[in-house]
Amino acid sequence: MEHIAKDPSQIKGWGVDADRNNDPTYPMKHRNNGEHAGYSWERPLQQPITVEVLHSNERPDVTSVFGTSTPPLALSGVLRRIAFRYSESSYGHWLPLMLADRVSVVEGVLSDLKHGHVPNVFAERGWKAEWRHNRIGLVRRILVRVVLISAAVAYLSSRRAD
Amino acid sequence: MLAMNYRGPLRVRIDHKPMPEILHPQDAIVRVTRSCVCGSDLHLYNGSVPDTRVGMTFGHEFTGVVEQVGEEVEKLKIGDHILVPFNIACGTCVFCQQGLYGNCHESNPQATAVGGIFGYSHTAGGYDGGQAEYVRVPYADVSPTVIPEGMDLDDAVLLTDVVPTGFQAAEMGGIQPGDTVVVFGAGPVGIMAARCAWLFGAGRVIVIDYLDYRLEFARNYAPCEAYDFRSLEDPVVFIKQTTESLGADVCIDAVGAEAAGSAMQTTLGRKLLMQGGSATALHWAINSVKKGGIVSIVGVYGPVDTLVPIGNVVNKGITIRANQASVKRLLPRLIEHVQNGVIDPKALITHRIPLEDVSDAYRIFSAKLDDCIKPVLMPPLART
Repeated sequence: MEHIAKDPSQIKGWGVDADRNNDPTYPMKHRNNGEHAGYSWERPLQQPITVEVLHSNERPDVTSVFGTSTPPLALSGVLRRIAFRYSESSYGHWLPLMLADRVSVVEGVLSDLKHGHVPNVFAERGWKAEWRHNRIGLVRRILVRVVLISAAVAYLSSRRAD
Repeated sequence: MLAMNYRGPLRVRIDHKPMPEILHPQDAIVRVTRSCVCGSDLHLYNGSVPDTRVGMTFGHEFTGVVEQVGEEVEKLKIGDHILVPFNIACGTCVFCQQGLYGNCHESNPQATAVGGIFGYSHTAGGYDGGQAEYVRVPYADVSPTVIPEGMDLDDAVLLTDVVPTGFQAAEMGGIQPGDTVVVFGAGPVGIMAARCAWLFGAGRVIVIDYLDYRLEFARNYAPCEAYDFRSLEDPVVFIKQTTESLGADVCIDAVGAEAAGSAMQTTLGRKLLMQGGSATALHWAINSVKKGGIVSIVGVYGPVDTLVPIGNVVNKGITIRANQASVKRLLPRLIEHVQNGVIDPKALITHRIPLEDVSDAYRIFSAKLDDCIKPVLMPPLART
């Protein structure tokens, strides 16, 4: 077993942040019990709610600011609205969200096609980089998939023939 | 403007998107000059974070130039070159007042467990991130910080997440002089955690991973002992044997959901997505730490349940400390460390990739191609 002996004090910066009283450390050490007073802070101005914002049912309202990246839409949006009826403590919250994420992938492809864009899945998956840096691995992976798919097709064809 | 666009698990591309707008008086619009791909972005990329919606732009580690400010922004001026901590923090809620800037209660409507994070799914607030030419930055006067004169932009961009997360991992370990610290994971954060463990006076620092090039980098950069867990019959037994059978004083999980090393954890957490990630590193950390020791977790996990040996936590009397890094709280000290040459963040950067090639950047980083440790995306205007 390798055990690299060294004198740590020779390492640049050794011990500069050492503090024997640093325990309990962050995140406890700045505790001020301010939360005992509840929502007592002066809340920042509310960002205008111009898109649908789903909010956790563990909080009373929407936070003062929020992201507007991708509001809920279509079937995935329906699933997300269902999810937000349940708390963050519930599978009823997370499982519909995971399902919605998968549904939104299909919706994304349909949206691309609707806008006349055929997604280049190979480019999106970064195969150019894979080809440049891991050509043998990429070829091996493709071959394995071709063999597996061919075997499955052959098996299903033979069953149909029977 | 050009922006990264998530299309589904393992699929991202560059697209034209509308310019961001001021939506709140405390907003700023920033023209991005550097933007990293983070190890935690890979959880989104792999589709393991719930409420990651197709069409979103990722990116929570970035620097940029202020182009526009809302009417309540007083500290930042147009033209300021800033580094933007990954936490979106209001600075006024009870949690921000306690320095818990990663737990702000006024930035993420979708969840109470975590504050808002740029480009990190709707579970972290639904904000578009910095892997774009421009980005909206809420609460611009609170966390964003003007880059000190003379500081290298590559150093600055790593102060938005990697350095503070690594430093806080060591800080939360409550390291006492002479302690043995084991860091699981030799990604950028794990390497930084190992480097920072020395600053707290560690007597011995050990890094565990399986990628030779990263282990070699950790040995030279941290500098520390570094071992490939594939060459160890059992990493937990190894740690026990090398600490006189007692265990390490502090163990740090710097991997999170993508951990390798256990077929069961990989299958449940990464392939079937039946738990909040593969908790192999955390499992090892709990079992490798001494009785009464401290486990510090900065590896990111999804919000659903995850299998960990909680019985051993109880029986060994382990203290677990964990959080998203509180970047704003740590920045003054970390800027000092960079300026004094104690920490050299930019040495972690191995790849500079045009923003337009974002798909390749994700592939290179996620598949650990070309000995990649840390890729930085360069928007077109930052390359001229």
